[in-house]
Amino acid sequence: MKKYTYIPHTEEDIKEMLATIGAKSIDDLFVDVPKTISPESLKIPESKDELTVRSIVESLAKKNRFLNEMRVFMGAGIYYRYIPAVVYHMASKPNFVTAYTPYQAEVSQGTLQALFEYQTMISELTGMEVTNASMYDGASALAEAMLMTVRVSKKKKVLMAANIHPEYVRTTKTYVTPQDIEVVMVDYDKETGQIDLEDLKKKLDDTVGGVAVQYPNFFGIVEDLKAIKEVLPEKTMFVVAADPIALALLEPPGKFGADIVVGEGQALGNFPSLGGPGFGFFSTSMKHVRMMPGRLIGQTRDVDGKTGYVMILQTREQHIRRSKATSNICSNHAHNAVMAAIYMSTMGKEGVVEVARRSANTAHYLAKALQEKGFKLTFKGPFLFEFVFDAGEDYEKKWKDMVEKGILGPLPMERFFEDMKGKALAATTEMIKKEDIDALLEAIA
Amino acid sequence: MTIFERSKKGRRAYSFPEYDVPEVDLKIPEHLMRSEKAELPEVYEVDVVRHYTELEAKNYSVDRGFYPLGSCTMKYNPKLNEDMSALFRWLHPYQPEETIQGALKLMYELKEMLMEITGTDDMTLVPSAGAHGELTGMLIIRAYHLDRKDYKRSKVIVPDSAHGTNPASAAMAGFKVVELKSSDEGLVDLKELEKELDETTAAIMLTNPNTLGYFERDILKIAEMAHEAGALLYYDGANLNAIMGRARPGDMGFDVVHLNLHKTFSTPHGMGGPGSGPIGVKEELREFLPVPVVRKDGDRYYLDYDLPKSIGMVRSFYGNFGVLVKAYTYILTMGRDGLKMASDMAVLNANYLKKLLSEFYPIAYDKDGKRACMHEFVADGTKLLKETGVKTLDVAKALLDRGFHAPTVYFPLIVHEALMIEPTETESKETLEAFANALKEIVEEAKKNPQSLKEAPKNTPVRRLDEATASRKPIVKWSRK
Amino acid sequence: MKKYTKTHEWVEVIEGNKVKVGISDHAQDQLGDIVYIELPEVGSEFKKGDTLTTIESVKSAEDIYAPVSGKVTAANEELSDHPEIINEDAEGKGWIVEMEMSDPSELNDLMTKEEYEKFLEEEEG
Repeated sequence: MKKYTYIPHTEEDIKEMLATIGAKSIDDLFVDVPKTISPESLKIPESKDELTVRSIVESLAKKNRFLNEMRVFMGAGIYYRYIPAVVYHMASKPNFVTAYTPYQAEVSQGTLQALFEYQTMISELTGMEVTNASMYDGASALAEAMLMTVRVSKKKKVLMAANIHPEYVRTTKTYVTPQDIEVVMVDYDKETGQIDLEDLKKKLDDTVGGVAVQYPNFFGIVEDLKAIKEVLPEKTMFVVAADPIALALLEPPGKFGADIVVGEGQALGNFPSLGGPGFGFFSTSMKHVRMMPGRLIGQTRDVDGKTGYVMILQTREQHIRRSKATSNICSNHAHNAVMAAIYMSTMGKEGVVEVARRSANTAHYLAKALQEKGFKLTFKGPFLFEFVFDAGEDYEKKWKDMVEKGILGPLPMERFFEDMKGKALAATTEMIKKEDIDALLEAIA
Repeated sequence: MTIFERSKKGRRAYSFPEYDVPEVDLKIPEHLMRSEKAELPEVYEVDVVRHYTELEAKNYSVDRGFYPLGSCTMKYNPKLNEDMSALFRWLHPYQPEETIQGALKLMYELKEMLMEITGTDDMTLVPSAGAHGELTGMLIIRAYHLDRKDYKRSKVIVPDSAHGTNPASAAMAGFKVVELKSSDEGLVDLKELEKELDETTAAIMLTNPNTLGYFERDILKIAEMAHEAGALLYYDGANLNAIMGRARPGDMGFDVVHLNLHKTFSTPHGMGGPGSGPIGVKEELREFLPVPVVRKDGDRYYLDYDLPKSIGMVRSFYGNFGVLVKAYTYILTMGRDGLKMASDMAVLNANYLKKLLSEFYPIAYDKDGKRACMHEFVADGTKLLKETGVKTLDVAKALLDRGFHAPTVYFPLIVHEALMIEPTETESKETLEAFANALKEIVEEAKKNPQSLKEAPKNTPVRRLDEATASRKPIVKWSRK
Repeated sequence: MKKYTKTHEWVEVIEGNKVKVGISDHAQDQLGDIVYIELPEVGSEFKKGDTLTTIESVKSAEDIYAPVSGKVTAANEELSDHPEIINEDAEGKGWIVEMEMSDPSELNDLMTKEEYEKFLEEEEG
């Protein structure tokens, strides 16, 4: 009998167990299963030893160019930021990695408290009263937010700014259309890159349940949440998709009266990992908490009066409400959220601000330098650490060639916007040094 | 103590290199800049280490011991998987495709192997979890019917033993959900099904083996009935660990199959996620898959966005790639033979444990304790409750005191005092026996001193928590008193 | 005198066509610790058997059905902050709404206390 390192059964074990059960063979246990194939015919390679598997996967890894070998000027929702060693060392602890959902609270206090603290930290960043224990990613979190505006307002139309991350918009459309919810796009101002307030006013009427903007938006421009909120009727739900590092520097959406704040949390100590897993965050006000999707952790006491934590308001969820649940979400991205909490603990009150400040200052320096070289910025609105500029008709080819020089250049925008040929979205983080900018300027000229 | 209480102004756990970029005016309007900093903790590195080490020690986990949560497949999570996934951390999703060929190849090969295991013709790796996959699958089914101008199909049939995500996902995809009452054997009742199946049925969602641990032996007949009525058959892959490498949902007539890589393919659950929920489909549903789909052209791997009839995107980027690397590593390690062995031993373990328990704990839908189950089974505490007043919840808590994680409790809903037990293949005979002995001890204790069980657990970091007050007066974040 | 439904609501005439409505003591016992009840809006109208509102315990959510047809004239606001009153006194202080019946003859279809108790015994089996 072939031996497998993850399976303990000896031949003797199998014999004894079958005898206890009263079965002649393993096949006896599968009598109800139709024999539609012979297991030997499956086209899957035979089992392998650890060293062989390792070398196969390592050889695949070698066929990539990694961010930590390049000067990275690309963001668009996923950011190359520094992750202190302590963050992934703590996050990699086995009782965090190999635990399940905290259904048995008494033996899950580590998970529950870590997520409770996560909820507190994100609520601080978003300026909201309550944050759930995570969603899959920023896009699905925004989609769920728009569904929530419909539940709260009982109106089946939502508005979305056309300068929101295009993949977030596509995801939202996929989520809401089957429930007969209409998505209407609001133009952006071609000069500032911000949402076009006149177009917003024109499209707002009493059939609109919610309005979504991104902060900073996909072009990196900081939306004026105050001006937007002033335009919205009181009962229209105001949804803001935000970048968490930007929120260290920008006034939080909660301060401007946002009803739901969501976003992609990867930038908080999670690896880019080809786009996943990061996590989505989801904050709202206590007034609407019963309409919120996802798990929520609350503080309480045990029978001895000791402080402890449990999952609360579970009646919103699928395992209780089934087809009437606020969402079907079950598994979330708890581990990524805890990793973010460890990151936020490590960077702390001052560190996240410094990360944001450096990223922003570097972007502004780069923008200035590009302008001096004759490149024009596409929008005039205020930006933080991302901006769009005119990189020239032949930029896409240049962009690919730059990789050879160890530069992952600004993202060609044509991928998302047909009318943006030759435009590029530059992003800088705290990883960029002056010499990296010099190298980019030389390569792009 | 919370991390906030450890905080002291002036401490720090981060350090930065010297900043050599000249200062530039950000020119952001004053009212958009933060007036007060976010109140995050101020601690030094040792605080971070001690705090999270203390928290982590309060968790039970698979690495710590037996975790028999039914339908959750808490098998061992191989360490090699973690190391291999770490190799691919630093990739940006929008890098030029030429620079991520290794990652794309891995995704392509994983997809091919999962299609082979499930007997499907194409697959998306994008969905982030089982429920996310279910939603994706139901949207594909919706798109299929609409594309055929078959507009009446508004209803989805779900057995009463199904996971809550099934009805929730179907509802999210815009369908009306009809619950199908199980037969007295705990299986799909063909007569009931026949009554419900009509020209408005879009799909039947089935978990097979079902949540009671029994295989729907009429599956070929069910598929025939569904297809005859013009409906599609959806496979909830939560329980694939029972049949992997032996039988394929696609061959049984399922049109859409979801997988939980975090169950069947050994990727860790991480306190509730991230998971990964690929969706495999039959030929006629390919064109509706969400974008992007990983494909191959000669030696080149690429992401295909050109699917005019696609349901669209279900999240950003390409899915939980980091999780996919772990599943890929697992399948390479186990191979065709090992995957079958895993299912065989998972089913052997469940039947062995069921046999041990049936001596003193009734098994649901199995009067004489002789019915073969698949990879899991449901023990029924109704008799114990009647005789001793000890609830299934008390039994669960008493198990925690004895060093085991409790099984899934009060599910499936059709067994009132359910203990749903899935041992998985990675547990030894000795572990199963120790668990059976602990449960036996608890049953004996219930008869002698039921009160002591109602006070359990006693040996855990906290004891039973006041959940009612926590939900009545929610405290959802820390605040300085 | 209270009358009961098979779905475990009670209804009691206060005066004329005015009734109080709540859930039975048996129902609160089955639900366990009640954590939330959504109160129907005063002025809303229901037909007998319509979902009047939903009640939640820690791990379940159950619909409450209108035992008679009519209009809601008052809701027990105290339950918003103290849903546990239903656990303490389901058939007294834990009343949920007052209704103006549109068809008092519907009361005849409901069970008396004795009939309801017998029904519970049968249901227990």
